[in-house]
Amino acid sequence: MVKNMNKQKYQKLTKKHSPKENKTKNMIISFVVGGLVGVLGQLLIDLYSNIDSVSHEEATSLMMVTLIFLSCLFTAIGFFDRWVEKAGAGLFVPISGFAHATTSSALEYKKEGLVMGIGSNIFKLSGSVILYGVISAYVFGIIRFIFFGG
Amino acid sequence: MIYLYSFLFAGFVCLLGQIILDNTKLLPGHITSLFVVIGAALDIFSIYDFFVNTFGAGAVVCITSFGHLLIHGALAKATADGLLGLFTGMFSLTATGITATIIFAFIFTIIFKARD
Repeated sequence: MVKNMNKQKYQKLTKKHSPKENKTKNMIISFVVGGLVGVLGQLLIDLYSNIDSVSHEEATSLMMVTLIFLSCLFTAIGFFDRWVEKAGAGLFVPISGFAHATTSSALEYKKEGLVMGIGSNIFKLSGSVILYGVISAYVFGIIRFIFFGG
Repeated sequence: MIYLYSFLFAGFVCLLGQIILDNTKLLPGHITSLFVVIGAALDIFSIYDFFVNTFGAGAVVCITSFGHLLIHGALAKATADGLLGLFTGMFSLTATGITATIIFAFIFTIIFKARD
């Protein structure tokens, strides 16, 4: 009983003293930053499409590669962590978040060696995206295949 | 006009992510996984195809498009080869993103040091 009371008291205290996050500000920042990533993607697609012999699909792939390249590079150099912290969902919901999560876990475990460090941990943060993406695509794919024939 | 649509769509998806992040105990990993599943689910009725055609890159850069591309590649193969296509085609469209991520993450991890 006493323990329980202490716990409640403790929770009240922590709630009182934890810094209040400005949710509205976070929402605006993530909306604008996420939107800008979308605009950058569209800009790159249009830029690559202007090159002769590059189709729209190839331009889309090139855009993805470019965004991933930049996110990995900026993460490895170091300042992307601070950006992601500030922009929140604005940077981790686009594809840049996947690249950032992969690179930062690889960097973090680099000191444990090439195989047991980088190799085993590179997908530590982003692996769940692949896992649940494949599982859900498989389940929904079967559903759609049965009901709509592909 | 496509730029405005891209901005609005990508911004809206990120806004949803931020609202979930701020108001629940879910971490970024949970949210991205959830969004991938949503992206795949939206493809049952070809809704995400409509998003990509209407909103351009805004719909492509979001992690939801990862789920969309997984199911899309799998179904394209399944239509041609039957149910085995779900296995052979699963990564056919997402190969770009996954391969690029692995290669660049590895190269830059080798070159740069972790900051603490």
